[in-house]
Formats: sequence, C-alpha cells, structure tokens
Amino acid sequence: MNDWSQALSRHAAAGGETAGTITGNRGLQIEEPLLFEQDSPGKCGVDLPAEFPASPAFKSRLGGLERKGPIGLPGLSEPQIVRHFTRLSQKNYAIDSGLYPLGSCTMKHNPRLNEKMARLPGFADIHPLQPQSTVPGALELIDTLAHWLKTLTGMPAVALSPAAGAHGELCGVMTIRAALTARGDPRRRILVPESAHGTNPATAAECGYGVESIPANERGRVDLAALKAKLGLDVAALMLTNPNTCGLFETEILEIAEAVHKAGAFFYCDGANFNAIVGRVRPADLGIDALHINLHKTFSTPHGGGGPGSGPVVLAAELAPYAPLPWIVHGADGFRLVEHAAGQADDTIGRLKGFHGQMGMFVRALTYMMSHGSDGLRLVAEDAVLNANYLRVRLADVLSLSFPGTCMHEVLFDDRFLKDTGISTLDFAKALIDEGFHPMTMYFPLVVHGALLIEPTETESKASLDQFVVAVRGLVERVRAGDAASFQAAPHFTPRRRLDETTAARKPILRWRPEAEQREAAE
Amino acid sequence: MRYLPLTDADRRDMLAAIGAASIDELFADVPKAAQRDGLVDLPKAMGELEVERRLSAMAEKNVAAGSVPFFIGGGAYRHHVPAAVDHLIQRGEFLTSYTPYQPEVSQGTLQYLFEFQTQVALLTGMEVANASLYDGATACAEAVAMANRVTRRNKAVLSGGLHPHYRSVCETYARFAGNELDAQDPAPLLIKGAGGEDLAARIDADTACVVVQNPDFYGEIRDVSALAQICHDKGALLVVVVTEVLSLGAITPPGAMGADIVAAEGQSIGNALNFGGPYVGLFATRDKFVRQMPGRLAGQTVDAEGRRGWVLTLSTREQHIRREKATSNICTNSGLCALAFTIHLSLLGEEGLTGLARLNHAAAVAAAERLAEMPGVRLVNHSFFNEFTVRLPRPAAPVVEKLAERGVLGGIPVSRFYPERADLADLLLVATTETVTEDDIARFAAALTEVLQ
Amino acid sequence: MATLRFTQDHEWVRQDGDTATVGITDYAQEQLGDVVYVELPEVGRQVERGKEAAVVESAKAASEVYAPVSGEIVAVNDVLAGDPAQVNADAMGGGWFMQIRLSDPKELDGLMDEAAYKAFVAEQH
Repeated sequence: MNDWSQALSRHAAAGGETAGTITGNRGLQIEEPLLFEQDSPGKCGVDLPAEFPASPAFKSRLGGLERKGPIGLPGLSEPQIVRHFTRLSQKNYAIDSGLYPLGSCTMKHNPRLNEKMARLPGFADIHPLQPQSTVPGALELIDTLAHWLKTLTGMPAVALSPAAGAHGELCGVMTIRAALTARGDPRRRILVPESAHGTNPATAAECGYGVESIPANERGRVDLAALKAKLGLDVAALMLTNPNTCGLFETEILEIAEAVHKAGAFFYCDGANFNAIVGRVRPADLGIDALHINLHKTFSTPHGGGGPGSGPVVLAAELAPYAPLPWIVHGADGFRLVEHAAGQADDTIGRLKGFHGQMGMFVRALTYMMSHGSDGLRLVAEDAVLNANYLRVRLADVLSLSFPGTCMHEVLFDDRFLKDTGISTLDFAKALIDEGFHPMTMYFPLVVHGALLIEPTETESKASLDQFVVAVRGLVERVRAGDAASFQAAPHFTPRRRLDETTAARKPILRWRPEAEQREAAE
Repeated sequence: MRYLPLTDADRRDMLAAIGAASIDELFADVPKAAQRDGLVDLPKAMGELEVERRLSAMAEKNVAAGSVPFFIGGGAYRHHVPAAVDHLIQRGEFLTSYTPYQPEVSQGTLQYLFEFQTQVALLTGMEVANASLYDGATACAEAVAMANRVTRRNKAVLSGGLHPHYRSVCETYARFAGNELDAQDPAPLLIKGAGGEDLAARIDADTACVVVQNPDFYGEIRDVSALAQICHDKGALLVVVVTEVLSLGAITPPGAMGADIVAAEGQSIGNALNFGGPYVGLFATRDKFVRQMPGRLAGQTVDAEGRRGWVLTLSTREQHIRREKATSNICTNSGLCALAFTIHLSLLGEEGLTGLARLNHAAAVAAAERLAEMPGVRLVNHSFFNEFTVRLPRPAAPVVEKLAERGVLGGIPVSRFYPERADLADLLLVATTETVTEDDIARFAAALTEVLQ
Repeated sequence: MATLRFTQDHEWVRQDGDTATVGITDYAQEQLGDVVYVELPEVGRQVERGKEAAVVESAKAASEVYAPVSGEIVAVNDVLAGDPAQVNADAMGGGWFMQIRLSDPKELDGLMDEAAYKAFVAEQH
C-alpha cells in the first residue's frame, strides 16, 4: 500500500462513520489528503525539453555545491494534480459562491475581463528591467492608472509601489516622517482612533512612533474634543479611516483636518472604505494629506484567498517629494522610470519593494475603472451605500444596531441581542455558515462588544440581500427560541466542523513531515 | 452597467423601505462643501470590446519576452509555467475567496497553504516556513527585523552581493525603525580591485545578523557554512537570500549551510514576469524562532468530529491582535501567487524540479562559454547557476540598447542598478532559463558581435 | 508567613520572605479562555512595578502581565513552555509565572488582600 491508499483508509476510518459513507466522502464533498501523502516516486506532471545542449563537453559550474540528497518533493501526474486542487477549491466559500459580507473588505464581484487583460503577453510577459524603450505601453498603463487615482481623489501625486494596504500605510507614514524631519520638527506620536484597523498602530510603531488612542463619541465618530486635547507639538499625524470602521462618515472631518493642520501635524487617511464615496467625494476636499487605496477592495482586483493586493498612496504636494522609488515621469519622448534618487528624486524615502509595483493588479484595476467610467464609479458608491442601508432597516429590529441613523457602505451591529442567550457572536456567525453565507466581520471594530460588521457591496442583487435577511431573521428567531446547543455546535454541514484552534496554537504543526519524523516528534 | 445588479425599480423599492426620498439623502453626513455634484473628469463607462481595444493597444507597444531571444534576470526569471497552473488558480473558489478566517469553509486555502509551507521548508532546508510575504525584497527586510527581535540587537551587516533592490528596501525599513545597517561595497568580488569582502570581521557584539545572497547578485555560488558558524559564535544570526528559487533544485540549500532565516523570491515557480509584480516572498526559519516570524501561518489540527483539518494559527503575533506590538504590520500575504507556486511545484515534483534546474544550468554554461569566446568579453564568475556576469570591452548600457534595436533582449547592464559606479559600467548580467534555445544563444552572440565592432 | 495580594490587573502575588511568586488569578484565566502560550521574562532581568513583565496568549488574544512589584526575576515556571494549559487548570498554584526578589517589600502594602479582590471582581460584572 502506498502513502495515498494509507492516507485514504485512515481518513475513511476517521470520517466514514460520521459521514455515513464508506469513504468518508459526502457526494461532491470529497476528502483529499496532502500532496506528500500521494507520492509516486519518479513521477512528474511536466515533460521537460531534451537535455541542453547535446554537447558531451558540458561541465557543471556549480562550484562543487551540488545539492546532495533528496529534497523530499512528491511526484504526481497532471491529472492527479488537477484533481487535487479542484477538490481543494470545492471546500472554499468565495464571492463567486454567494454573499460575502465582510465589513471593510469590500468583497465585490471580480470581473473576468480583468483576468483576460492582465494575461495579455504585452503585460504579463515583460520583465521589469527590460530596456525602457521596449516597454512604453507598460509605462503608459501605469501612468494612466495614476491619472485615474489622482483624479478620483483630487490629489496631485501618487506612489504606486506599495504591495498592499498595510504596505501603503507604511509608505504614507514614512513620507510624513520624512517631511517632518526635513522641516526640522521630528515629533514622536501618532494618534489613532480606537476603532482603527490593527494595521494602523502596527504601522506607526514600525516607523518608530508611539501610538495614542482617540476614543469614539456616543455617535460612533471620533471625539473631536478628545482629539483636540491630544493634539500637540509632539503629534506627527492622525491616522483616520473615513468612512470609519463603524460604517459611519466622520461628519466633523473638515474640523478634524483643520485641527490637525493647525497643530502642525499631517492627516493620513486609511482608504479601506473608499468604496462608499468613490466618484462622489474627493478625499483632497476633506483635507487629507495622504491616503492609501486598496485596489483589491474598491477596484475589484481579486482577493485570491488572501492576496496579492496593491496599495498605492495618493499624496499631497508637501509629501510628494518623499514618495518611494521608482517614479514615472513624463519626458520629451514619453514616459520614463526614475529608479534612483540622485538628480530627479533627491528626497525620496527610497525603495519599499523590489522592482516597480504590482503591475498585474494595475492592469486589473484600470480595466475595472475603464469599464465603469466616472459615471459608473459614482453609481458603485451609491449602490454600495444603498445596499448597506437596506440591510440596516431590514435587520435593525432583530439585531442590535450600534449607532442609529444612516450608515455608509457598511452597517455595524453588536451582541446585545444575544444577551443571556448563551449564544455568542461567534456561534451566531457559525450558524450563518450552515445557511450558505460567509459570516460578516466579527469582533471588529473593538469599540462595541461582539461586533458584527456587514458590508454587502454594490454587486449584490436585491434578491440576494433579501435572502440574507430571511436567513438572519430566521436565526434570530431560533436564538429567541432558546436553541443554544445547535448554535454552539454549528456549523453542521461544512467540509469540516469547528476546528480546535487551541491545540493548533499550543502544539503548532506547521508542515508535513514523513511518518518516521512524526512519530519521533510525538515522543 | 454589467457589474451592477440593481435595477431602477430595485433602487426605488429600497429607498422606500429605507424611508429616503433619494440616494442623496443617504449621503447627508458628507459636508456639502465636500460633495461633488457632477462627475469627475474621466472617461465614461465602456463595454468589454472598447476596454479590450484600448488596453490591447497599450500592451502591443511592449516587446514580450517570449517574442525575442531573452536573457534578462536580475531577480525575476522567465520560466515556462504549465498550462494547468493558470486554469486552476482561476477557479472562482481560489480567485475570489478571502483570507481563511472561517476555517470551516476555507479548508481548500488552508490545505494548500500548509502544502506551500512544507514545500518552502523542504526547498530551503529549513524547519518551518510561513504562508508567504509580498516579495523577496520585503521578506529580506522582515528577516532583518526578525533577527533584531530574536537577538535583541539592532545592527545588520549586508553583503555587497545582495540584490541592490533588497539592500535598498532594507535601508529604508532600517532608517525608519531606527536600526543600523552596515552595508558592504556592492561589487562582484572576483573583479580586480574590488577587494575582498570580509563579513566575519564586521560582526561585533551589536550585530543581530549578517545577510548574504546565494547565488549572489552576480551569480556566484558560495559555501556560507563557515560564515554561519562565526555568526553563531558571536551570537548573531545568518540570513540567506535567494532570488532565483529554482537554484535550490541544484545547489546546497541555505538550511544545510547553517542559515537561521531564509528570505527568498518565489516568482520563478508558477508566476509570470508581470513587469515586476505581483510576486511572492518566501520566508523560512528554525522551529525555535517561530513565534518571532512575521506573516500568516497555516497549522494542522482536528475538528469536532476528530477529522484532520487546518486553521490559521499563532495569530497573536499579528497586527489584528497585537496592534502596535505586532511582529509586523503585514496583513495580506501573496495568496494566489503562493497557490500558483504550489501547483507548479507539485507538477514538477522531485524529478521535474531537479531536471529543470539541470536544464537551466546547462543553458547558462553554453551561453557563458559562447560569450566568453568573443574577443574582449570576459566571464567574471567562477561558479554560477543560471545567471552570470560578463565584462564587456566597453560600457554595457548602450550595448544593451543596441541589442534591443536588433531584436535581442541581451541581459541587464549592472549600471542600471549602480549608475554612479564607473567601475561597474562594463558589467552585464546574463540569465538563461529552460526557455532559452541554442538558436537564441547564437542570435545573441551574433548581435553582440555586430554591436561590439 | 506567606502573604497573598492582588492587583487590579488580576495578578496575584504571594510573598515568602524576600521573594514573591506571581501569577494571574482564576478570574483572569477564565476571561482569557484557553491559554496557548506564555512569554516569560529571562531570569536575572530587573522588573519595575506596573511595567510589562510577561505576555499571556489565548488563540485569539494576547494580554500583557504587569509586574505587581519591583525586583529581580529569580525564577520562571518552565512547565508553562510545554503545558500552558496549567494556567487554566491551576492559576493560583501550578500555573505560577515568575518569582521576584523584592527590591521594595513595602510595595505590597498598596495591593488588595483577598477580600478586597473578591469585592473588586464582583464589581466587574
């Protein structure tokens, strides 16, 4: 028996009983062992070209450092690999499956035209270090994307190299620190609202700043008085998300910007929630100095199970000179990459990433922007806000709405409706999974207890939203009926039931090891 | 508009349910002064046909690597990716899913991440790997930050053979975190007058780590075991950078040479050139340092029915929990690129990977011998995998432009990275992969002969 | 005679002569849930009252443990490395974190006794 059949019978033994089947499979839900448990030594899923060259004089030039011993990679054929990953994919929920209402993640439809355009050889099969004369179309695309981002936000400059939102935050805070240093006014602290995403304080700390928290007021917005009290000669910046992570527009944002600037500080905006205002509001008009945009949120580049993303940062004129390399500039003969500081970019903070940036995501985002156009993007924000408010009014009487009144593109509830039921936000979310939905964001933001943050996005139909409402209302009825045990054991119908995260953290198993090693480790 | 499901009737019904007279009412919280009445000054909506036309026009202005003899490396390599990879990563359940925070409905993602972590550990010869970072350069900066945490020191010594982009990213991160860098003079060490690089001599009681690249930026392969020992004797860590991950199919891995952290670029496996991104950072270390490792981790466990499954674990290191005390601010990994890596490497397997590495090296040997035959052209390296450095009889940058005019993408002039270094201006980095044919090499040599006349 | 005192951050301190043993209370471990890891200070380190001395992690959260008194760490509970569950099972005994040689025993006077702590916890609800 090879590893595969051993693995299969082990799984059958474990799951067969509960599944009620011999194999442990349940119809289309098929158990699939690890690649390493299916090794056919010598097998290969690729047919390599003939040895190169045919010359017998070939002598290795590896300096005597040839790899000794096997690497330990399993061998499988193409059909086995395709089946392996197909089966894996079938265990995942995705936007393509249904509503994915994660607050502040903007899980909108990922258009397939994006994928087609990104794969054009003229974009996918070009090297970042080809002579610039051989890639004028690539530079043109990047410049076009930059133009769209600057125009949509009203800002004069954009740094395109950050690879994700958190990377963009790092970029923004670094330019702020560089600007203050150049001003001879270093400052030591950054202010961050209580409701902020964890990347904000983590970024500030990574740039050498101390972090101080600003409380929210009873309307869920930044407490302006508390902010003003904390502003001082020692504050470098305020990092704000707008709309904020409670789904609310910071109504006093113009006053906030004024106060921040008056104190000599910079105003950084986390653009995670840009989907609520794109095409209707330009962040420059709100007084912000730097804003990162998540192309994988507002501009539909795919989430890919956790990445890759892209986090370009639009910058005010005062921060533009510090933007990271490379820059794209207009020359007499078209676009040119500026890859070094000396001469053109003397004050740049330097590089934040290898090469130029997430070109593959630029192509996808521009495809999306051009598809929607300025009129379509405005409608995106409107439908996103409409959908969220529709869910608000259809659920406010059964869930506990944290802040009354209109929300933007996402709506925040908390766990007061679960009080004394023995059912937690987590249990409620797991029951929602059985109903065929991915849960909303839970336990974030931290400003309310047991948060449930719902962002439907504009690509959900009314029918889809109505179905979600029916499910949530039905679950609340079951909560009231006192069915705690069922919630606590949820989900019941997924490829795996609730998983033991405690043991996973106490005794981490982070890779496969051959059986012998596994036995040794257990002793 | 094809991506917006709501009809005007829907919008009317929903506004009525909300009790708002118009959509503008829902934006009432936005200060009037900040609201735009009209549209932003950008083109209006376009159908697929029109968008395709415009983007294809831009794409067609570029010379695709596959259309000419192609010898460019420098940290990103053109390999053949089997057709199955791209099909599988475009399955909607992979393409359009999110970070696996709800493990019960994310076992697909979690299992492939676990397989990816295992593959990276096996390739690098290390004990444990994470679920990927943005790219090799940021992985290198994270490695330095991690070494600082582990040793509670804050100075890093960087080899002159480190990729200049990686060095630059480390410099930026260190400057803002208030850490020290001792970066050695960038130059291929075998060049006359460049001097030796004595990294051991630069390690002191404040040194957290030494960072070396192997094969280095110029392609040279070295045994860093002795350096690893010296580092450890002095309480410092050895960080080894690998920019061409395929090399691990042919040469001794960093783990076997005493590396404490490996920071690598995984682009070569599964991912196209894409003009520089998105790529995939690989990060591996020793078990004892795992809690100081940045990035996501998939861990094995069991579910309520006793069946094996996977979850994200050791999350308390990360930004969403530790916030300002996190090991890094990183949130996103390079998910889909890591999946492409996993699938491609599964298709290759042990035989395929080692065979592919052999092919790459053979192509490089053939190219190096052919070029070194040319009058005035000298091979700088003693050893190399699939990339090497030659010295031309005159500055390489104009030569590369002229080669491009003749339809050959013949390597990268080192001066592109170091424009201020006249002594490096004659150096050319040449890479060959399994996509290079004997005919390509002949055409390269012919074009170069013409240009050098 | 061993004196048992408590802090508002839910740490307990048991003094015995010139050293004191420190841990987190039963209430604290209940609030935390399953403890998966404890990051302990190195022996020999000087700690200051009110400053972070250790970190206790559950699967979903990490909490700082502040030194209730100042002094030098003379011992840490090595058992917790392999069995962090001890903190849940026996927070007041076998789940102890560290032993401190007191630099200022008078600091203990400012802490709550058992009765005061019980009342303090009751107020939390």
